[in-house]
Amino acid sequence: MKHIFQSTSKLLVATSLVMSLGASSLLAEVKDKFEVSWTIYVGWMPWDYAQQKGIVDKWAKKYDIEIDLVQVNDYIESINQYTSGKFDGCTMTNMDALTIPAASGVDSTALIMGDYSNGNDGIILKDKKTLADIKGQGVNIVELSVSHYLLARGLESVGLSEKDVKVINTSDADMVAAYTSSEVTAMTTWNPQLSEIMSNNKSAHLVYDSSKTPGEIVDMLVINTETLKDNPKLGKALTGAWFEVMELMKKGDEKALTFMAEASGTDLAGYKSQLDSTMMFYTASDAVKFATSDELPATMKKVSEFSFDHGILGDGAPDANFIGMEFANGKTFGDTKNIKLRFTDTYVKMAADGKL
Amino acid sequence: MKRLMNLKPSKATAVFLGLLPFFIAGMFYIIASDIRLAENPTDKLLPSLASFSEAIDRMALQPSKRTGEYLFLNDTSASIQRLGLGILISAVLAMLIGIPLGFVPFVRAGFSPFVAAFSMVPPMAILPILFIVFGMGELAKVGLIVIGVTPLIVRDLQQRVAEIPAEQIIKAQTLGGSTWTIVIRVILPQIFPRLFDSVRLTLGTAWIFLISAEAIAATEGLGYRIFLVRRYMSMDVILPYVAWITFLAFLFDYLLKKITYKMFPWYTAGKENE
Repeated sequence: MKHIFQSTSKLLVATSLVMSLGASSLLAEVKDKFEVSWTIYVGWMPWDYAQQKGIVDKWAKKYDIEIDLVQVNDYIESINQYTSGKFDGCTMTNMDALTIPAASGVDSTALIMGDYSNGNDGIILKDKKTLADIKGQGVNIVELSVSHYLLARGLESVGLSEKDVKVINTSDADMVAAYTSSEVTAMTTWNPQLSEIMSNNKSAHLVYDSSKTPGEIVDMLVINTETLKDNPKLGKALTGAWFEVMELMKKGDEKALTFMAEASGTDLAGYKSQLDSTMMFYTASDAVKFATSDELPATMKKVSEFSFDHGILGDGAPDANFIGMEFANGKTFGDTKNIKLRFTDTYVKMAADGKL
Repeated sequence: MKRLMNLKPSKATAVFLGLLPFFIAGMFYIIASDIRLAENPTDKLLPSLASFSEAIDRMALQPSKRTGEYLFLNDTSASIQRLGLGILISAVLAMLIGIPLGFVPFVRAGFSPFVAAFSMVPPMAILPILFIVFGMGELAKVGLIVIGVTPLIVRDLQQRVAEIPAEQIIKAQTLGGSTWTIVIRVILPQIFPRLFDSVRLTLGTAWIFLISAEAIAATEGLGYRIFLVRRYMSMDVILPYVAWITFLAFLFDYLLKKITYKMFPWYTAGKENE
């Protein structure tokens, strides 16, 4: 019996050592191999192009590191994996960066704010034509997502609140099919589902979209702050690769755009129409301007308040100021002793100044 | 004969051996959780036992700040209602389809290949069709369970009916039984306990479909809550919910077994009461 206990305790120690390895990437260290995850979305397709065409490799080689961009099929899962330390970086929106990694205590930095949604997210009503008609309806939505935030902003704009509607949590993968069901009368979703529903259903009316809240839903590349601090090369290589692709997109390079369109499951025309409702920062100086603007802290304040109201800032959060945020223009929001989300212009500025 | 296969543990040893894997799994969890929490005190992947009890307190014992309802209670009752209704409908349908399939050659010839093929269709792959047929409400969730589970029970019952000894059927016919009387008096009583067995075996599948249905579109339910809080990785809520679902599934299985013993003592006679 004694033997069994001894060997069991050995096994326990061994296994916990193995399990702790999984968490090791949370530790700060100088590394030369990095993994960054991305998911399919109009504003993140440049990452796929940069990876497939060797642009990332080229920049990584310049700084003597290796960067692996990993596509993850499930958006939330990719952020969860990043948060638990599996990836060094991940693409996500400003709200998810606050409520998932930052709220989980993982200090994160928005390295590149690549675009904001300028109509990519919207509220659809079936057969009704104005947003105020939403009162009393059930709204199919991915609960606690940017859609939920947009819905709250929309309701606010017509003097309603969330109490006036019934939120029905619905998987984003099933939105298009769900719209065909007769029970579904209102919906908030994003592209490509949004344009898919709008173009195939005459009953669908777009009553509100993110172009009415410009700059509030930001799509960005987030890197673990410790990792970035210890490995500025990673930030430089990624930023360099990003703006090389931006250059192509700005010129309207049909080959590059077609590649991105096909990789995201649409065609060139479809991809271009999605780009129309996306405010891309094609030049580094535009990205710098956005990162240092006064609107960004104001937006994040709203997002933080929304998140707190919905209980997604973490259980320990006594108020919306619980998680501190630091902005590129030196402003901060919330608890400066608990800064977990940072917006930086250091690297995009280097790109703008041609110093990469 | 002193062989491993003949050695039986005493009652106390059996209990100890039964609990040991649970204990070891628990220890693994606590150690791994401690390691992660030492690195990042707000890590959400493997929360400490204290955060579990906080989460349970918040979900089960305090009314929700936003709605004033007890979320855990609401989720549980919504899910159990869907599951119960789904299983009940499946069982009744399976009886109605399985007995003729197994007993009447003409029905079997006509429908058996179709049922065999239909039972292989993964319901999750044809969701959009199910949305249009059943809508997005409660009906859809119960419908998904019924579609997923009924074919499994039907095929099992069909097999069981076909296994009833031919002698019995012939004997009943010599006594003047019509097809209908034989179904009611010979087949049905023997099939009932097998239906219970079959339902027990498909309970796991039913849970899977319930959770999936609640993940797709819902406003409450155990699966809904798990998929909702997964958005911000609240494992402190998810893991107790998983434990609760496991317990409920175990409980239903146990109750069904007890009911079978109680209602059909002849069926279980001779079987070891584990």
